[in-house]
Amino acid sequence: MNFLDAAYIATWLIHIAYLTTLVGRFKKLRQEIGQLPRK
Amino acid sequence: MKHRFTIFALIVLALLSYALYQALVVAPTEQTMGDVQRIFYYHVPSAWTAFLLFFINFLASIWYLVQRKPAADIVALTTAEVGTVFCTVVLVTGPLWARPVWGIWWTWDVRLTSTLVLWLIYVSYLILRRFSTGSQTPVLAAALAIFGFVDVPIVYLSIWFFRTQHPQPVMGGGGSLDPRMWHALLINWLAFLAFALLVCSIRYRLEFLQRELEETQALESLLEPKP
Repeated sequence: MNFLDAAYIATWLIHIAYLTTLVGRFKKLRQEIGQLPRK
Repeated sequence: MKHRFTIFALIVLALLSYALYQALVVAPTEQTMGDVQRIFYYHVPSAWTAFLLFFINFLASIWYLVQRKPAADIVALTTAEVGTVFCTVVLVTGPLWARPVWGIWWTWDVRLTSTLVLWLIYVSYLILRRFSTGSQTPVLAAALAIFGFVDVPIVYLSIWFFRTQHPQPVMGGGGSLDPRMWHALLINWLAFLAFALLVCSIRYRLEFLQRELEETQALESLLEPKP
């Protein structure tokens, strides 16, 4: 792999990794909302 | 609301694809560095986007200290987090360009070192936000953000003030850039700005909902009958 490919792939891996953490946090939040007692 | 978000996400995706095409196909190959120079189309817009997000974080921190609005605190947290992600991209793509061009991955040059310090400042800001639970956390974080932002102009102006191995800046550096390279650079910056806005809107929404949930849970625990 050349340096150009490595730089572009690394950029998107960083952004995708961050977006994945956001999705995970949203899932956890939805679970916590689901556990709230219904009124 | 969800419909508008999907449309915006699709626009951002189209813009990023067009920007990638501009960077890899349309922009001419630089004569001395060759194709590796194209890292510039990701490295520079990521740096500009990070600087802009840190500037918004700086303004939101002042806004929070003056008015104590929760929205200002959420904006500050959001922009610091997304800005740190973009700054990480800068610190990763820089060495990947430096290795074939300079022959080294890293040098303790003023531009590079001040950028690393900038990243460390915002990582410490995020660690403070993550692990400190006191009611004064947003105030302390805002103060740290205001002083931390001082490093942004140092990073940008370091090229003028110190002897550095880093290439001269694109704007105001005296160098000339082919118009097609300029076009590719600006399109990539626009695409990354739109992407940053999209990610910030997701992060803002997450933080807003998390705080609402915490408030509801606190109310629930107060209303629970005691045994």
